[in-house]
Amino acid sequence: MTKRPVRFYQVGSFAVGNRLLSDEERTVQSDPDRTNSIDSGHRACQGCGEALGARYALDAAMRATNNQLVAVNATGCLEVFSTPYPETSWRIPWLHSLFGNAPAVATGVAAALRVKGQSEVRVVSQGGDGGTVDIGFGCLSGMFERNDDVLYICYDNEGYMNTGVQRSGATPPAARTATTDVVGPQPGNTFGQGKDLPRIAMAHDVAYVATATVADLHDLEAKVERAMAFRGARYLHVLVPCPLGWGSAANETIHVARLAKETGMFPVFEAEYGVVTSVSKIRHQTPVEEYLKLQKRFAHLFGKNPRPEIVAHLQELANRNIARYGLIDREETPAARHASTSEEPA
Amino acid sequence: MLQQIEGSRAVAETVALCRPEVVCAYPISPQTHIIEAVGVMVKEGRLSPCEFINVESEFAAMSVAIGASATGARAYTATASQGLLYMMEAVYNAAGLGLPIVMTLANRAIGAPINIWNDHSDAMAVRDSGWIQLFAETNQEAADLHVQAFRLAEELSVPVMVCMDGFILTHAVEGVDLLDQASVDRFLPPYEPRQVLDPEHPVSIGAMVGPEAFPEVRYLAHLRQLDALHRIPAIAEEFLTATGRQSGGLVHSYRTEDADTIVVAMGSVLGTIKDAVDIRREAGERIGVLGITSFRPFPARAVRQALSGASQIVVLEKAFSIGHGGVLATDVAMALQGTNCIIREVVAGLGGRPITRQSLVALFYKAAQGELGALLFLDLDMDVVDREVERMKANRRSGPSAENVLRDLGVTRGEGALS
Repeated sequence: MTKRPVRFYQVGSFAVGNRLLSDEERTVQSDPDRTNSIDSGHRACQGCGEALGARYALDAAMRATNNQLVAVNATGCLEVFSTPYPETSWRIPWLHSLFGNAPAVATGVAAALRVKGQSEVRVVSQGGDGGTVDIGFGCLSGMFERNDDVLYICYDNEGYMNTGVQRSGATPPAARTATTDVVGPQPGNTFGQGKDLPRIAMAHDVAYVATATVADLHDLEAKVERAMAFRGARYLHVLVPCPLGWGSAANETIHVARLAKETGMFPVFEAEYGVVTSVSKIRHQTPVEEYLKLQKRFAHLFGKNPRPEIVAHLQELANRNIARYGLIDREETPAARHASTSEEPA
Repeated sequence: MLQQIEGSRAVAETVALCRPEVVCAYPISPQTHIIEAVGVMVKEGRLSPCEFINVESEFAAMSVAIGASATGARAYTATASQGLLYMMEAVYNAAGLGLPIVMTLANRAIGAPINIWNDHSDAMAVRDSGWIQLFAETNQEAADLHVQAFRLAEELSVPVMVCMDGFILTHAVEGVDLLDQASVDRFLPPYEPRQVLDPEHPVSIGAMVGPEAFPEVRYLAHLRQLDALHRIPAIAEEFLTATGRQSGGLVHSYRTEDADTIVVAMGSVLGTIKDAVDIRREAGERIGVLGITSFRPFPARAVRQALSGASQIVVLEKAFSIGHGGVLATDVAMALQGTNCIIREVVAGLGGRPITRQSLVALFYKAAQGELGALLFLDLDMDVVDREVERMKANRRSGPSAENVLRDLGVTRGEGALS
């Protein structure tokens, strides 16, 4: 198969279509000779963000490692939809052990490769947010702390979707899940402290921590590639909308993911050795309503009995992210603008 | 050459001779000395190549071993008691995946009340997990069993647990004849995995299996254990030829030829039992002992054969299925189905309660007189039990039983429990 020349222009999405890019800037996914680490025919739902994220992440990791990759998978949607024996979508060596131990199993794989002198073979461990921020948290922190040579990828769909949409430590406040139903005076998930795994990962001072969404797959691929350039523990946290659990339209997955970023609900950044090194700026700041209204899990905040105070609370959380990561460049004062442009040719 | 060394040290030295490639360590008494000693050997470079990984929990220890074993490395860890329970999900998983991990279990009671001393409750808790479970009688056997365990595990692709009594064996210093590297290398070929994570030949390991194939997969695991019933004695025989030492095997009989009564037990208590049996033999009683080395797979045929001549079987075990009775006794009863043997269950040594020769001699005397009931707790103080039962009847908030019992016994200071 040959690459097709530019024919179409994509507008309104901020995403640069592959066809507008030079060959070397195109995504791994646009390469007809990509590996197809997770092959088609699996049983993910229509519009599944996790399937999309995993596909891009692992093919990028395969390219970065010259196809010398082993994947370890926590129990969860990705594991279940990709591998009911005798079928498997994985065309890379793949091991599923348990729900809560994927980081430790990956440590064992990395140790075995090291002891056998196969340092060229790299290890990716992956799971959903339940397997990562909740049940696998201890093993993940241990893997970080020991600085084992593992890239851990969390596909965060903000809940236990495989078991029927229950709350996880990554479920946002107010969201409806099967265990945080929209009944009583405080409908949906409680406003807790949250569990911000990327920041917790950074607190371990591991070599590389990054977040990404499936709205910007170039960015996701670039971050996987960057992650594979380091040795030691690395962490990638990818927001993957779940049409089933979020009550969003299957054809809106990319749009919803983009709004998560553009509202500030999900900050996109990367960090090295515990220090933020880059952030993906918000291009068009969008009120959180626009993100929330696309998802039935927040439907109780709107409609007949709207809860503007809860929406405002969520907006505060988004604003906190915007301030924490500098997601919006502050409007420069005229003086500052003058100072910054004075040395440049007009 | 016999050396006076601690049981844990003997096991650590022997494990090192088996050239494990990945060892995961998490401390828990009474296993800790083993893993500490292996750690020193790796750090010194005496055991190389080997990755020694300090993990954050027993659950991680077994999980790291799973990852390492699935990548073709010989993996080893050790645990006990609460640690085994904490890693239990991974213990089952290792067996389900058919990974030949070897683990030392320094047998210890399970809390609450928390108790670090020896009994077999931990091993019994995972008896259905699919692991082979071998019980050592002495430190020499504990050391030797590890070499046999790696061989057996890797031949059959089944994980093997070597059970040795916590403190009684792990911390006892006695003469052990350690093997040399050349003998172990001859006995134990390099690990050749049945399935391995290899980028050149990608496979998916550990995927979901539905009702259409699950029973067959489980039955295949059972077949491997049935295979082990042949391989365990064969490997022990080979070990005997190579080293001149009798270690391992399925069961060991002692003075059972003409015995009317045979005592069945596992682990280090067999030594005390043999002493007591010798004493009763001198008194003219026809009594013998059957030590069970392989608890899983359970050698029902060998047990039946060894016990068939006796009229009374006393199963003495350091475990207790609450609400039922003995665990080993149940298995022995199944093995003896259709015979006229009377089975007496004796629960002894829970939480490290000493099983003394004196108590055993008295027990065996009662057995000979036909005075044993179906289920007996050796040296149980019924007086303190009754007093606590009364307290609980009298007062809803009568306090923690363990504390009350200790007060009754005068072990702790204080004014005595509320009454």
